[in-house]
Amino acid sequence: MEMINAGDTAWVLASSALVMLMTPGLAFFYGGMVRRKNVLGILMQCFIILCAVSLQWVLFGYSLSFAPGNPLVGGLQWLGLSGVGQAPNPDYAATIPHLAFMIFQAMFAVITPALIIGAFAERVKFSAFLIFTLLWATFVYDPLCHMVWGVGGWLRSLGALDFAGGTVVHINAGVAGLVATLVIGKRRGYENTPTPLHNLPFVVLGAALLWFGWFGFNAGSALGAGALAAQAFVTTHIAAAAAGLSWALLEWNVNGRPTIFGTVTGVVAGLVAITPAAGFVAVPSAIIIGILVSVFCFYAVSVVKPKLGYDDSLDAFGVHGIGGIWGALATGLFATKSVNAAGADGFFYGNPQQFVNQFIAVGVTVVFTAVVTFVILKVVDALVGLRVKEEDEEIGLDLTQHQEVAYTVLE
Amino acid sequence: MKIVIAIIQPHKLEAVKKELYKVEVNLITVSPVLGHGKQKGVNEVYRGVKEVGNFLRKVRLEIAVNDNFVEPTIKAIVKGAKTGKIGDGKIFVYPLERCIRIRTEEEGSAAIG
Amino acid sequence: MKLVIAMIQPHKLPDVKKALFDAGIHKMTVTNVVGCGQQKGYSETYRGVVHNVNLLKKVRLEIGVNEEFVKPTIQAIIKGAKTGKIGDGKIFVMELARCIRVRTEEEGNDAIG
Repeated sequence: MEMINAGDTAWVLASSALVMLMTPGLAFFYGGMVRRKNVLGILMQCFIILCAVSLQWVLFGYSLSFAPGNPLVGGLQWLGLSGVGQAPNPDYAATIPHLAFMIFQAMFAVITPALIIGAFAERVKFSAFLIFTLLWATFVYDPLCHMVWGVGGWLRSLGALDFAGGTVVHINAGVAGLVATLVIGKRRGYENTPTPLHNLPFVVLGAALLWFGWFGFNAGSALGAGALAAQAFVTTHIAAAAAGLSWALLEWNVNGRPTIFGTVTGVVAGLVAITPAAGFVAVPSAIIIGILVSVFCFYAVSVVKPKLGYDDSLDAFGVHGIGGIWGALATGLFATKSVNAAGADGFFYGNPQQFVNQFIAVGVTVVFTAVVTFVILKVVDALVGLRVKEEDEEIGLDLTQHQEVAYTVLE
Repeated sequence: MKIVIAIIQPHKLEAVKKELYKVEVNLITVSPVLGHGKQKGVNEVYRGVKEVGNFLRKVRLEIAVNDNFVEPTIKAIVKGAKTGKIGDGKIFVYPLERCIRIRTEEEGSAAIG
Repeated sequence: MKLVIAMIQPHKLPDVKKALFDAGIHKMTVTNVVGCGQQKGYSETYRGVVHNVNLLKKVRLEIGVNEEFVKPTIQAIIKGAKTGKIGDGKIFVMELARCIRVRTEEEGNDAIG
């Protein structure tokens, strides 16, 4: 117990609270983007994930993710947090209580499935969503988390860098979202009926909460209140700023007007892209990562998506998948030991092998997630059916799934 | 000239609009309204308390047409809005005495389109 | 008695209200509506994807008047709402069969003012 550092513990606990706030933030970010008849459905899905996955995590998810096990998945010795107590676990964070590390990771396990919601918004049955989420957390998130971060995990032994969850959280959720939208299908009338977002100020509010919470996500991933946390804090902020500005300018140039929706989308894309790199790259590299992520994501959501015609309703793949893949690869380009001696040098610092490692990590994540997510979706579809009835989709999820509505017409 | 007022299901608006465009009725005014008909209203539950028979959300269309357009307009609305289930809505037709286009101050049938 | 219904540009509402007040017309009901007519709509861009919006925001005025007020009412609305550009709106005049003031149960011309 004497090894516990008060400053580190304070920062990780505060960061856990910051990351917790990201899920409600995401709820508003997504909630504003759907039609008014479905906004409560989105908020409900995010909040239920916060409840359900937190319990899954302490009961068995944490053990599957971080307990010593084989290269693919953790063991069962930490079921119900047995052996996870106030003393530090030096394998993960030597200066903070093991419980602090556990709860910090819990918030990551919560937000990742919440990100997927954006891909299948406005058409999925609540019961199916709940079963899918728990299965997905158990069979996709937990094993992948172990592979990348767990002791003995094989992507970790491979030398792939992922500072705060570019692969585990963003590529994982983005690809799962893409698979989900392909399996579930488009919203009714997606091609010929506009599905305008109903509350843009909610989207902006949500993006602001995400940006704020992301300091916990990335700088908290230093797992201590030291120089590395400061480095990650600054790269995070700067990449977000560069990406927001980049998207606005791009839009101004292409469509003639810069929009707030575009700007906040760029900010979120920048935050996604810097996530794996935050503690490994210098600030000028963060600017480049931020500027370029908006170019890639803008192209993905405004050109590729309409052309291919899939209905990733709120661009979970377009922003988190594409942004996450770019971030993971960019880490292999821009990482430098001068920033983090525990990291590695990237392509531009004389180590092309690191780029290859990142590429493998991305490839494994994409394939693993896509295959397992597909199987889970098919299982859930067979069990309860994924989609709501045609009529319920027209009336909206708020009323049909939850028997309540967000906005009154009178009074 | 007539004014056609229709109360329809909100989610049928797009379909009705499309049918109206097909018969070249392009001037439509739409407002959200609440109503009760033979449908008994929806139940909503707030913190475990059931609110029975709340007003239903409907959409109100208001369309000014020349007399020869009345039938096509009604047919188009029925085509777009009808499901055969309770709640499909109602159509009302009123005589319209005068119609003025504000921009040009034209009156009558010429102003209506 | 007549019922005057006008669809106007939302930003012209203060001007129309002032013109109506100046003409001694103080009773009106205002509703937010959406509508389409000769204006072809506009486009909004979300994350680089262009959506065409053809139902535009309008304001709907509803004014019950005695016969001698029909002309001043129409003139006031035109005075307040006319810009000469497409989208200025429409005025409809309909026969109003009865009018009852709820408070006093008065009927007809007395109730309307």
